[in-house]
Amino acid sequence: MKNHLHIDEAQHGYGVTRKMISFNQVHKRYPSGYEALKNVSFDIAEGEMVFLTGHSGAGKSTLLKLIAAIERPNSGSVLVNNQNVGALKSGALPYLRRNLGIVFQDHKLLFDRNVFDNVLLPLQICGFDHRESSKRVRAALDKVNLLKREKANPIALSGGEQQRLCIARAIVNRPSILLADEPTGNLDAEYAQEIMAIFKSFHQVGVTLLISTHDESILQDSGVRILTLRHGELQHNPSSNTSASSGQQA
Amino acid sequence: MRHVFTQHFGILRRVWQRMFASKLAGFFNILVIGIAISLPSGMYALLQNAQSLAAQFSGTPQISLFLSLDTKAEEVDRVRKRLAQHPDIARVEFVARTKALEKLKQNTSLDDVVDSLNQNPLPDAFIVYPKQGEAESLDALRNDLAKLEKVEHAQLDSDWAHKLNALLKFGRFAVAILASLLSLALITITFNTIRLQILTRHDEIEVAKLIGATNSFIRRPFLYFGALQGLLGGIAAWFIVTAELLLLNRPLGSLSELYASQFVLHTLPIGDSLSLLLLSTYLGWLGAWLSVAQHLSKIEPR
Repeated sequence: MKNHLHIDEAQHGYGVTRKMISFNQVHKRYPSGYEALKNVSFDIAEGEMVFLTGHSGAGKSTLLKLIAAIERPNSGSVLVNNQNVGALKSGALPYLRRNLGIVFQDHKLLFDRNVFDNVLLPLQICGFDHRESSKRVRAALDKVNLLKREKANPIALSGGEQQRLCIARAIVNRPSILLADEPTGNLDAEYAQEIMAIFKSFHQVGVTLLISTHDESILQDSGVRILTLRHGELQHNPSSNTSASSGQQA
Repeated sequence: MRHVFTQHFGILRRVWQRMFASKLAGFFNILVIGIAISLPSGMYALLQNAQSLAAQFSGTPQISLFLSLDTKAEEVDRVRKRLAQHPDIARVEFVARTKALEKLKQNTSLDDVVDSLNQNPLPDAFIVYPKQGEAESLDALRNDLAKLEKVEHAQLDSDWAHKLNALLKFGRFAVAILASLLSLALITITFNTIRLQILTRHDEIEVAKLIGATNSFIRRPFLYFGALQGLLGGIAAWFIVTAELLLLNRPLGSLSELYASQFVLHTLPIGDSLSLLLLSTYLGWLGAWLSVAQHLSKIEPR
């Protein structure tokens, strides 16, 4: 709970909390006719950490994809950092995504290069110079405890290590928002705790986190706000322990 | 600035590594392009040489005017005066029919035949040296002179040079067609190489798009690959053409000796060599660009 006090203080210190992610009556229907999200509205404040949960097929992945503009809403608006993501031109998407760190459910690691070069990719994309990016890559790998494996091919890593590598790649260019899709999906409890500890350390330094999970042990563990989706609709969740309620849904 | 330079240099280095990841495959790709380009450029080099040969031989064009057999001496004088007044004529030489017959006797072993003739079959003739050497003005002058009184036949000695020029024109056209076809082939080769690369690097492209790569960032290595492959193909073509010409020079040497002349094939001059490299680089880049435009937009993250 100490973490929360810390964040609360930080938020009050800034006075008004800024909305980092804001959904307003968002509908998403896929071309197949499947309705993934129905009338979803919520806000996430800057520096807040939120869990997104629900049964499989409830729309968790779709919701994350809307934030990264991988999908676009059929109606309603998705604001990220006060930008209407659904209306962004495709030329502006790269700059939105550079401000997001995404931990993919299927990792999306590249097996044609080693661990170091996988983490280097976002920095190459942003055009960092060689020395600065080496420093940052090592710092990111150190944070997820993979520094000793920097020369390894990701295919040689365990599931937990691959997940940590994916996290290192997501945070290496210091995004202000971190999205994670089932980051503890196939991991046993010990590894899952390890990864949650990493996320909490980002939360402490002010990163906004949205973590999709259906891992009960994680959901119970903390007093973090929980958004629950059921068949594409956001449930009013009385059990969510929301000390940072300022960003709660309308 | 230096940072941008090292960044692009880094891309180029990785492109190079990818191109020669399989040494033999990379080498053969470049060789195919080299051979394709060397065909029209080799023909072009030969044509350039033929053209300089033609210029060498048609250096002093003449027009021969043959008068009709019944021309009287005063009529010859009249023609001579008209020729002397003509502004386009530098010099005129008169060959009397009697002299011409003597020459024929001396130069050939036909004296028996000549003696047996009961009259001189040769006409009086003028050899006209024009002031200008261009084909068009020579033709005009020849036509002009042919209309003179008593002139039966006006012959332009550079006729064969005209024929050669027409032949060269034909050759140049053939080279142009061949060059366009093989340029198309080069574009196609690059297009397909890049298409395969895009397919095999599908995952990387998808991930790069997801973590904020701009389209130009994704396009860049493919374009560099196409341009580099084109450039290396052009260099290969240059070496092939140069080797061809140097090899041909040996048998040509013994051939031109038989004609008592010294003629050597010149390799591509610097200007043409640079154009060759620029063009092949550009065509490689163009093929890559077309391929990227066609295939990259289909890869969108899901």
